Amino acid sequence: MTVRRLASGGHIDRATPVRFQLEGRTLSGFQGDTLASALLANDVRIVGRSFKYHRPRGVLAASAQEPNALLTVGAGDRRTPNLPATLVDLFEGLVCERQNGWPSVERDVGSLLGLFSPLISAGFYYKTFMGPTRGAWMFYERWIRRTAGLGKATHRPDPSRYETEHRHTDVLIIGAGPAGMAAALAAGRAGSRVLLVEQEALVGGSLLHGAVGSADDRCGFGLLEQLAVLPTVELLTRTTAFGVYDGQTVGLVSRIPGAFGGSAEPPYARETLHVVRAQQIIYATGALEQPLVFGNNDLPGILLAGAVREYLHRFALRLGERVVVLSQHDSAWDTALDLAEAGAAVTVVEARDRVSDDLLARAAKRSVTVRLGAVPVTAHGSRAVRGVTVVALADHRTEYFACDLVAMSGGWTPTVQLTTHTGVKAVYDPALRVHVPGPLPANQQVVGAARGIVRNPLAEGHTAGERAARDCGYDGAVGVAADAHWADVPLMAAGVPRAPSVQGKAFVDFQSDVTVADIDLSLEDGFESPEHLKRYTALGMATDQGKNSHHNGLQLLAERRAKDVGSLGTTTHRPPYTPVTVGALAGRSVGLHFRPTRRTPMHDWHQENGATFIEAGPWLRPWYYRWAGADVATAYVNEMRLVRSSVGLSDVSSLGKIELTGPDVGLFLDRVYVNGFSSLAVGKARYGVMLNDDGTVLDDGTTARFGTHRYFMTTTTAQAGEVMSWLEFLLQTAWPDLRVQVVSVTDRWAAMSIAGPKSREVLAQALPQLDVSGAALPHMGVLEAEWDGRPIRVARLSFSGELAYEVYVPADHGIAMWTHLLDVGAPAGIRPYGLEALASLRIEKGHVAGIELDHRNTLADLGLGKMASRTKAYVGRELSQRSELVAADRWSLVGLELLEPSGTLRGGAILFADGEPMVGHGRGYITSVTWSTVHERLIALGLYQGGLAHVGEVVVCAYPLRGEQVKARIVSPMFIDPAGERLHA
Amino acid sequence: MLRIPCPHCGVRDYTEFRYAGDATKVRPTHGTDDVRAWHDHVFLFDNPKGAHREYWQHVQGCRQWLVLERDTATNTVGRAWLAREGAAS
Repeated sequence: MTVRRLASGGHIDRATPVRFQLEGRTLSGFQGDTLASALLANDVRIVGRSFKYHRPRGVLAASAQEPNALLTVGAGDRRTPNLPATLVDLFEGLVCERQNGWPSVERDVGSLLGLFSPLISAGFYYKTFMGPTRGAWMFYERWIRRTAGLGKATHRPDPSRYETEHRHTDVLIIGAGPAGMAAALAAGRAGSRVLLVEQEALVGGSLLHGAVGSADDRCGFGLLEQLAVLPTVELLTRTTAFGVYDGQTVGLVSRIPGAFGGSAEPPYARETLHVVRAQQIIYATGALEQPLVFGNNDLPGILLAGAVREYLHRFALRLGERVVVLSQHDSAWDTALDLAEAGAAVTVVEARDRVSDDLLARAAKRSVTVRLGAVPVTAHGSRAVRGVTVVALADHRTEYFACDLVAMSGGWTPTVQLTTHTGVKAVYDPALRVHVPGPLPANQQVVGAARGIVRNPLAEGHTAGERAARDCGYDGAVGVAADAHWADVPLMAAGVPRAPSVQGKAFVDFQSDVTVADIDLSLEDGFESPEHLKRYTALGMATDQGKNSHHNGLQLLAERRAKDVGSLGTTTHRPPYTPVTVGALAGRSVGLHFRPTRRTPMHDWHQENGATFIEAGPWLRPWYYRWAGADVATAYVNEMRLVRSSVGLSDVSSLGKIELTGPDVGLFLDRVYVNGFSSLAVGKARYGVMLNDDGTVLDDGTTARFGTHRYFMTTTTAQAGEVMSWLEFLLQTAWPDLRVQVVSVTDRWAAMSIAGPKSREVLAQALPQLDVSGAALPHMGVLEAEWDGRPIRVARLSFSGELAYEVYVPADHGIAMWTHLLDVGAPAGIRPYGLEALASLRIEKGHVAGIELDHRNTLADLGLGKMASRTKAYVGRELSQRSELVAADRWSLVGLELLEPSGTLRGGAILFADGEPMVGHGRGYITSVTWSTVHERLIALGLYQGGLAHVGEVVVCAYPLRGEQVKARIVSPMFIDPAGERLHA
Repeated sequence: MLRIPCPHCGVRDYTEFRYAGDATKVRPTHGTDDVRAWHDHVFLFDNPKGAHREYWQHVQGCRQWLVLERDTATNTVGRAWLAREGAAS
């Protein structure tokens, strides 16, 4: 190609040159260039190497359908691979590199793969790399993986910001070409809210193929001017509609100018995801030009004819001096004539044997050489095209034309992808010879070239816009459609003959390197349907998703199978229409913003006093405190020792708390819990377990009765939401006659546990006006009172097995009570203890917790079978007694003590009986592990087949992830105080 | 993408809700001592293509359980009413 930047014309700003770097080389372009046009202007002919054969490739198109010019743009942690250069704005300081060539794209060792091409045709990996041993694949895989893919991503965290906007609009119009802009004009004049989106940086669509100052250009500019004065019309450029979803929801991604180019971080979002709810959708998505299939049709310098024209008029680039235009459509003649006008020597090779006299006359006027009824056979050249051989269909005579640019047009196909996303299949129209959008719902319309034929896009747009606005209830005056002269132009011309067989590698899919021979191979191997052809050859499976290959692939398939294209069916288009970055989809929901963080009322105190936090679901809970040690392994043991020997204070605010009131509360709890609660005395609490309907354990907790019709339920932290919804579900759908109100009060109360042999004395000193003696507040007793003018609740409950109390105050009073207890208890040695110690203390006591309550286990599995009432019905009772839940060989809760001090116990380790072969699933597993300060060894809780019947036996704990096996003995899960003396102190 | 018409709160985005499946199943009376009845209620349900009625709870709003008409094939949403008013309102 001999590329010339014309002295005038184009939508570029010659007064603003822009410098950029290609693989370290500084090049320059102009403001308004895309990276693709800038590369072409700088005579960069090879923009990449193809995926499989590493063939040199040049730019093919001027838009989102570009398959070859995928470059890596940006550096360091802002490096983004696989960006189509046609959509990247040229930006001062842009850095980029080409992909898939080593050591460079210009001189690529990988091109030697071309020599092996007969061995690596479509589907070769189904037939090779299968031996000599079974493990051989893992050897090949390493090398294959290295050659796979195009660009390389960075592994560094992405510093860019991405935003998400949720918006509503009356009319969403996708595509700002003539039809789209006309629709926006009408809908906007009627008064509706209009959102008009355009994937390019400039509006105009097909009008951009016309010269600046031409009728096309003036039309586009005129429409834009009129749109600008409408207050309810919003235009978003550089915005791709990538998917249409249920409920008229459309996903858009907007890029800021230079989103991917610079090395500096812009102070705003690089990309914005718009989730739009639209009452009406108008698809004005236009059409995609199709390549021709002939030998070596992938050489650099062979572009789509419409793209050549766009480079000429939009970027003022004449891409060649001696041009061959391979045509099957009148639009290619526009390219030929415009190139001739710009000074190129042009030959048109037209497949049809007749075209309009007007075209022939205009061609003659510009000295364009014409061949009718001729098709290309093969292109010639090695790193760029230097000539084309064509054949006349009448007499089979071949002719060679030397050239430095080929502009090819296989006609156009309507851009239907978005219309099919919600399941409406495209339909083949034999009269138009293309697949057009299928029957859409009333609130979606298609206008312009996307309908399969260009009739009068301005009028179509106008009518659709008016109707869309009216259907939303807007009936303002819309005027008349702009006048323009459009002839009926089908996207696929009539009278295009079938091409004879081709020579050399004739590419159907440029990105997956699928040739005509591959299609024949697929048919030979029995993969005949479009769905099979796609998956067997990978045709249409790369980033262009068949935009450049689907049509030709179907045509060839139909031809080979002697069927009508319409009868073959098509593959399904799915979002996204073009690739979307994960960053845009994630938006601001990354890192700590992925979900809300819940803090307890005492969080700030923990923060200032040496707590290390751990996530428990969305909560941040203190894990351990610095006073106890520098790391968790040391600290939790010291915290445990403190609780067992004197007194500690722990924040338990994250547990679920539910207030239940009403005359039928007792009855309700009796139904929901396995044990009885209507009989609970006022001033007492009871440990309760509730089941799922299927008989497995849902949750446990302590429920206290503060009044005749007033109960206070606690749940585990993890299940708080589940239990709340479950209670509401039962009350609203199953038992609406029960007079019960439930309210979640988890965030209303701060809760803390003061535990240890000295806990009562500290509590009594802290709350002198309350009687917390053993008589007044026995084990499982509760009381309500006031402290410091605010409510307080105290319950004598123990998770740790020590004498312990839970203290509840309003959340805003939490820190006051917390610090008060610590102050008063200082002489007794009180300190705070965290979640690790809290969880470990209960293991010694044999209490089950979240890890054991995983909805697989029954009451009996957890050693709680005796809790279930034998007299009343409760949720889950019937199915808890089904045969597989009461089978004798089920696992149940045991304790384990480590027998090998040099080894370790791990949660999740699989248990086998000592001496039995270790195959299969074993007999159970370890659930929770802790160091026992009482027994000075590692202990655990676990589930083991047959449970406590095996006390005293030795088991092997196997942890295959680390290749560990240690021996342990089965013991009672109550490692301390089996008689409960500490509890009842 | 679904918008659910909560009777109390108006049309709200589906992300404010929690889904709980088939609303046409009739829960056995509490205390029904029939394992088969409970088994069928818990483990068996029809999976119709087309018009369906489902339980949704407006967890980020009024906390009410609703019965919602939804077409499982087209994902179009119909009416919604409070579940306490009955599954077939």
